[in-house]
Amino acid sequence: MQKISRDKLIKKASNLLNSGIVRCVLGWKRGEFDYDITPNVFTTEKELIDDFVWNDFCGANLSKYLVSKTQGVDGKILVFLKPCDTYSFNQLLTEHRFDRERAYVIAVPCEGMADINKIKQITNEGISSIEFNEDTLSISTLYNEEPIKIAYDRVLSERCLNCKSKKHVVYDELLGDDGEILESNRFDEVEKIEKMSSEERFEFWQGELSRCIRCNACRDVCPACTCEKCVFDNPESGVENKASANSFEEKLFHIIRAYHVAGRCTDCGECSRVCPQNIPLHLLNRKFIKDINEFYGEFQAGEKIGMRSPLIDYTTDDIEPNEAVNRRDS
Amino acid sequence: MVKFSCEKIDLVFAEIAKTAALYIPSNDKNNKAVFTKWQKGTKLCDSHNTQIGPKDLFFPQTEDLMAFKASNKKIEIIDTRKESEDFVIFGVRACDVKSLEILDRVFLSEPRDSYYAMRREHGIIISLACTRPSEACFCTTFGIAPSEPGADISVWKINNEFFWQANTKRGEELLLKIEHFTTPAEPSEVEGEKQRISVLMKRLPLANLSTNGFGKGKTNELFEREEWAKLSEACLGCGTCTFVCPTCQCYDIKDFNTGNGVIRYRCWDSCMYSDFTKMAHGNNRNTRKERFRQRFMHKLVYFPENNNGLFGCVGCGRCISKCPVSMNIVKVMKKLGGNV
Ligand code: SF4
Ligand code: SF4
Ligand code: SF4
Ligand code: SF4
Repeated sequence: MQKISRDKLIKKASNLLNSGIVRCVLGWKRGEFDYDITPNVFTTEKELIDDFVWNDFCGANLSKYLVSKTQGVDGKILVFLKPCDTYSFNQLLTEHRFDRERAYVIAVPCEGMADINKIKQITNEGISSIEFNEDTLSISTLYNEEPIKIAYDRVLSERCLNCKSKKHVVYDELLGDDGEILESNRFDEVEKIEKMSSEERFEFWQGELSRCIRCNACRDVCPACTCEKCVFDNPESGVENKASANSFEEKLFHIIRAYHVAGRCTDCGECSRVCPQNIPLHLLNRKFIKDINEFYGEFQAGEKIGMRSPLIDYTTDDIEPNEAVNRRDS
Repeated sequence: MVKFSCEKIDLVFAEIAKTAALYIPSNDKNNKAVFTKWQKGTKLCDSHNTQIGPKDLFFPQTEDLMAFKASNKKIEIIDTRKESEDFVIFGVRACDVKSLEILDRVFLSEPRDSYYAMRREHGIIISLACTRPSEACFCTTFGIAPSEPGADISVWKINNEFFWQANTKRGEELLLKIEHFTTPAEPSEVEGEKQRISVLMKRLPLANLSTNGFGKGKTNELFEREEWAKLSEACLGCGTCTFVCPTCQCYDIKDFNTGNGVIRYRCWDSCMYSDFTKMAHGNNRNTRKERFRQRFMHKLVYFPENNNGLFGCVGCGRCISKCPVSMNIVKVMKKLGGNV
């Protein structure tokens, strides 16, 4: 369960709204059930009281919305950011996607977000309500007399189990106490894949990517994907395709995307969260991050505003381009 | 009506698969149900519904339409259609059965789509009554009864027995093929289960959602409603909702240059995409709001307008569980229709 209460967030936002410091509030809005939360722009205290939520399902990273929501209107937007979201925020600023002055960042400490898919693997369909307790979720369903109690750790989303940082790297105000940068195990899975033979690895990715339905949700949610016109949407680009005609195209889309966000991906995990086909896209990005760390020294995109990624920065110490091949073959 | 005990299901599947390709809902390695081509060892899963409906088996995400080959200043046109083989789909829920009726209206009305028609002619559909609907199900809003799933054969699973009821001639023929596994049953034996399902449906969280305010003749009333701006605010413009939807039917036709010719294929398209129906003069829906509105107006107003009141949504709830920002047709209906 989240330690900071919803009320505290609402109070903070209402004060800033009512005093005119911010024009509106970018937050999370409750849905039909207890877990289907929608990013939303709130403009009044009443809207906040009626619909604002802060709970274990506020996984959506709000930073990318600042690109569109700061356009064409004046005034500051209050945005609530979890620790991982602040890295995306910085990365967007590094790429000049919006104006820092237009955002009022409230940093919200995060205990990790739950994954509704993991919950449904345990409870099955038919969830009628979810009660949030300290270390457990209590799930009532249409089919069980008693609520099902699930330990929080069991249903934490993958990215939260491997959280890289509980520290907010940017904010105007912090609620509660800030956390630390963590030693995570986020490269363990990548290492497993690296150890596979090339045939096994090919098979692994073929198995995953062949399920892709080219819905583009991974791209559209990604804070590193902010091109005004993506090559895949541009009939003139020559690579535009709405569906993968064959398994080559299937991989082409993902390979191009992974390369394009390399050095800029902060590992926020949104791509894997939204994929309707449960494809572990974060593993592609983490492979790039791991390689960058090994080849150029530790680098975390979004850690500071204005940092240059090693991939666009040249130093005479840079490793030779064939190093990756040498390592793979040795 | 016939019945047989659940243990025999693999034998029944094996029998059907002798003469036709058979697809059943089975879990993939992530434990998600997908229609899978049956082979020895493929296990029927007890999941409530498949991730994506059976649409793909009739209207594939990509399919080649024809090919052109150029040589010596001549262009040869090649028919790439493969003779469609007979196939059977087992375990189709009532919502998805209805979704095919909606697709039929589009593809089988003149000019008839021969690609789709061919697959429809060759496909036998065995439905399956729902035992455990999801919280996101709202098929009853559109008058669909999961207790009477329909199609060529209706199936109920009650305790340890399957009950199969043929509804069409093709269904009857198929029942004859599996005759030696079944014993006769009375329709009264499934009455209790039908009752149970009907009662259950009334308890679902979306049970009271109504279509009031939508349908024929509502275009002018709904088109300019100011709520569209707010409703579409969080939408990412991805294609998830359209691609997981069993009734979304739009496609694009493209040419793939093979070097010495062209393969003309079609693939699913999404009205949520910025280049959807792009024409020489540009796009007719330039903003996210307009594209978002199109998807819901199509299902709730334009489709019924052109199809005697038949709505273009079957309440399967897939867009509800799959949208990355949890925005969906139910939220649209509640906001614009004013129902609770
Ligand atoms: S979100 Fe998943 S299914 Fe959609 S395009 Fe990305 S990988 Fe493919
Ligand atoms: S409604 Fe949801 S699924 Fe549909 S395009 Fe918008 S974000 Fe994607
Ligand atoms: S609009 Fe949503 S609920 Fe309706 S048929 Fe399509 S996916 Fe199912
Ligand atoms: S929407 Fe209705 S028919 Fe479809 S799976 Fe749910 S209960 Fe069954």
